[in-house]
Order: sequence, then structure tokens, then C-alpha cells
Amino acid sequence: MRRFSWFNATSLTLGFAFLYMPMVILIIYSFNESKLVTVWAGFSTKWYGELLQNEAFLSAAWVTAKVAVASSTIATVLGTMAAYVLVRAGRFRGRTLFSGMIYAPLVMPEVITGLSLLLLFIGIGLDRGVMTIILAHTTFSMCYVSVVVSSRLVSFDRSLEEAALDLGCSPFEAFRLVTLPIIAPAVISGWLLAFTLSLDDLVIASFTSGPSATTLPIKIFSAVRLGVSPEINALSTIMIGIVTVGVITASLISKRASLRLQAEEQAAART
Amino acid sequence: MRRLLLISVPYLWLLALFLVPFFIVLKISLSDTALAIPPYTPTLDLGAGWAGLKGFFAELDLENFWFLTTDDLYWKAYLSSVWIALFSTLLTLIVGYPIAYGMAQAREEWRPTLMMLVILPFWTSFLIRVYSWMGILSQEGVLNQFLMWSGVISDPLMILNTNTAVYIGIVYTYLPFMILPIYAALEKLDISLIEAAEDLGCSRFQAFWLVTVPLSKNGIIAGCFLVFIPALGEFVIPSLLGGSQTLMIGKVLWEEFFNNRDWPVASAVAVILLLILIIPIILFQRNEQKQREAEG
Repeated sequence: MRRFSWFNATSLTLGFAFLYMPMVILIIYSFNESKLVTVWAGFSTKWYGELLQNEAFLSAAWVTAKVAVASSTIATVLGTMAAYVLVRAGRFRGRTLFSGMIYAPLVMPEVITGLSLLLLFIGIGLDRGVMTIILAHTTFSMCYVSVVVSSRLVSFDRSLEEAALDLGCSPFEAFRLVTLPIIAPAVISGWLLAFTLSLDDLVIASFTSGPSATTLPIKIFSAVRLGVSPEINALSTIMIGIVTVGVITASLISKRASLRLQAEEQAAART
Repeated sequence: MRRLLLISVPYLWLLALFLVPFFIVLKISLSDTALAIPPYTPTLDLGAGWAGLKGFFAELDLENFWFLTTDDLYWKAYLSSVWIALFSTLLTLIVGYPIAYGMAQAREEWRPTLMMLVILPFWTSFLIRVYSWMGILSQEGVLNQFLMWSGVISDPLMILNTNTAVYIGIVYTYLPFMILPIYAALEKLDISLIEAAEDLGCSRFQAFWLVTVPLSKNGIIAGCFLVFIPALGEFVIPSLLGGSQTLMIGKVLWEEFFNNRDWPVASAVAVILLLILIIPIILFQRNEQKQREAEG
């Protein structure tokens, strides 16, 4: 349907202004000279400088990066396996429970997930730290990965895999040489999703971390509880910048990959 | 053999780290608070054998759930969470529908860019997006400065630390969840249906109300559930933007656990919250299934 009018133009403009204005204001104020975040006192990058000298923030950033890389990688492997089971394994005992456990964490309030994992870790006597946050993040993000990957697997032409098997591939080879390259875009976006979910998580990390491991969101949360701070504005600006660059790059890469795949398929159809 | 391995690895992972923890919460919600480590009794002692197990179950009771009904705080918090989530969902619908509508009617070549613009904030840290409103809504914040400069008000408005700020926070952070399903429904809409309605004498508004809205019903329902369900258990938004009088159950659970160190009560709060959530989740799944059947 298509009918563009002044009404649509206004609602789009206002809508996108609403979505982006708070972040733009945040970015502008991160370059504010004054400590009073609401008074503009001239352009300065001093808060970025102070941020880079803040040991606590740097070590929290390091912990966050470790947790995010580890948990999103494990979650991608487990989530892809789970998607494969959901779409391909057919019927097996406890399938309903399995798909329930994949979908339930997506709607589970974070406070409950966090609380239940913490009680588990205490119950089995596991010391809380980087390790427990990785376990927690892997658990909820593997569910997101499996949803993303299974939607790609559903639309995938199974005969390609069967052809590979007929031509003498082992099931694992068929997966590696045929299935994986085709579902790769979904696997990559699943990994990215898991990565950002982990970077972002405050509630579950707060429950499952110990005094030895503070992540960046925990640090940010305890700093902003008392009010707006210019250092946090600077930190937020850096994080927004990284995400924007990352998302745009990823979408360009996936666009190019899908174009190439299309070209290859056309070339294959011609021969 | 390979199939068994493929199934069992993710299966066991989820059993151990999703299902078992949930039963632990259930069990602790039935235990009593104690001044010990861990701070509840009874603790399961498998060494004591069958008698120990029997004694363990005999000590579990519903006391914490009774406690939740005696203190006003809890049922008020549940009610006010439901109310805040419902009201913000409605606001999100009002804000999101025109955006989705505008996107669906935009030129074809603009749509991917518009989609990207809606999704991009979703990839940005949730915490940062909530935080960004603190600087806008505070007493000496950007909004109050602007309103006072333009002469609309003479004294700063108190918005931060009130429920209004919580509504704004929820609408802002969950807006993409509302826009995307509605957009998906509107995009498929056949323009000739609206033209037919107008040819048959409907005004533009009538055509919108009688044709467009009913045909985008599934998108509206999906969007509302996608906002309502996470908003109900929200913690970050009420604790950063809300005030001391903002009651939301996620915040109560957090405080019960971290400040009062009352694990059994926190667990009982979690169990009830889950029971409340089951209703909208089942309704949501039914709606999705109906839609799939209608399409398939």
C-alpha cells in the first residue's frame, strides 16, 4: 500500500525524533566542559580523558568483553544445535519440554532468571564470578540464537543436504560444506545478538556476579543511580558509537553476502 | 548416536541452568527464613537418606505466600505493575501505530532504511537508553530548561522520579517491539481494499477505522503483548526513572533479595509474578498460532 501524505511525513519525523533525540542530547552533553551536566559551558573532551584513566571502568569493560565473547560464542554453538534439533530432529521424547525451555527464557522476567540462577550457583557451591556470569548469559542468549537460526533453517531447501549425502558426504561434512554456509548469515546475526545481549545485561549479571567480577552495566547502574554524570555520558557515547558502526558494517556485509549467494545460485542454475 | 549427542547437549544445558533453578526457586519459596548461610531452612541433606528427605518435605509450607497477602506492599506492587504495564502498552500503541503506518506507506526504496532506523536503537544498550532520559526529565534537565525558556511554564516540572517518567521510559525502550509487528501487518495490506471502501462512500477516517485497523489487528495484538510482557517484570526503568512511590514488582523482588536478604520471600514474589505472566503468555501464543494457521 502506498499513499504518502503530510500526516505520514509528520508522524515519521516526530517518531524518529522521539527515538533518536535522547541519544543525540546524551552525545552532545558528553562534550560539555561543565561538571554540571545541564549547563553548557563549552566544548571539551576532558570526560573522555578522565574515563580512560578510570581504572574501575577499564577493568569492568575488560570483564564485560570477556564475558560477552565467551558467552556469545558458546551460546551460538548451543543455540545452533538447539535450532537443528527443533527443526530437523523430528519427534523424540521430551520434545515439548525442549521447545518450551527454548521459548520460556525469552519471556521470563530478568529478575526471575537472575534469582533462580543465583540460587542454583549457591546450591551447588559454585563461587560467583566471571564464570557464573558466562554460564548465565549463555543460557538465555542461546535461546535467542536458536530462534534466529531456526527461522533460517525452516526456509532452507533440504534437498541440497540430501544431494550432498547422496554424493558421498558424511552427515557432518554435509553440515559443514552445505548447511553451514547457507545458514551462516543467521548464525552470525545470532552471535551478534547474543553478544549485545550480554554487553547490555544488568539484572542477571548483578545476581550472578560476585565481588570479584563487576561488569560495565553494573558499574554504570551504580554510578547513575545518584544522578547524571558526565563520565557516564562519555562512556555511553563510546558504546553508542561502537554499536552503530557494528550494526551498519554487519548489515553491509550480510547484504553483500546475500548478493553474492544470489549470483552464485544464478550461475549454478545456468550451467 | 550422533543424533542423541546433538539433542542431549543443549537439552541438558537447559535442564541444568533453566529448569532446575526454577524448581530451586519454588522450593525456597516454601522454606523459612533463617539466620544462617544460606539464609533459609530446611536445606536438603541427601546424606540423611530417606528419613532426611521426608523431614525436608515436612518442613516446607506456604507461609511465605501467606505473608505476601498480609503485607499491603506486595499486592499493591502487583496491581500497580499490571496497571503501569497496561497503561504504557496503550501509550506505546498510540505512539507506535502512526509510525508503523507512515513506514508502510513510504516509498518502497525507503523502507529498508526506515526499518534499520527503528531497529538500530534496539541494539543500543537498554541501560543507556533509559539513562538518557534522566538528563532530559530532571528538574534542571533539558526539557524543563526548554519549557521555561519558551515561557510555557515558570517553575520546573517534577517529572523524573514519578510514574510519568516510568511511562515515558517504557514507551521509549519498547517502541520498536510495537512498531515492527504492526508494520509487518500493514505492509501486506492491499491498498485496493481502502480504495474500495472510499469508493463506496467511506470518509478517509472511516476507511481507516473500518478497514485498515481491523486488518492490522494481528500486528496490534502481537505488539501489545511484546510490550506488556517484559514491561510487567521491568526493573531498570522504575529504579532509574521512577520515584520512591513507584511500585513495581521487579523492583520489590530486587530489594527483597539484595536489601532485606529475605530469600524465601523474594522467591515467593517470583513464583507469583510467573503465575501472573502465564496468562498473557498463553494468550500471546494462541494469537501467534491462529495467525500462522491463517497464513499457512
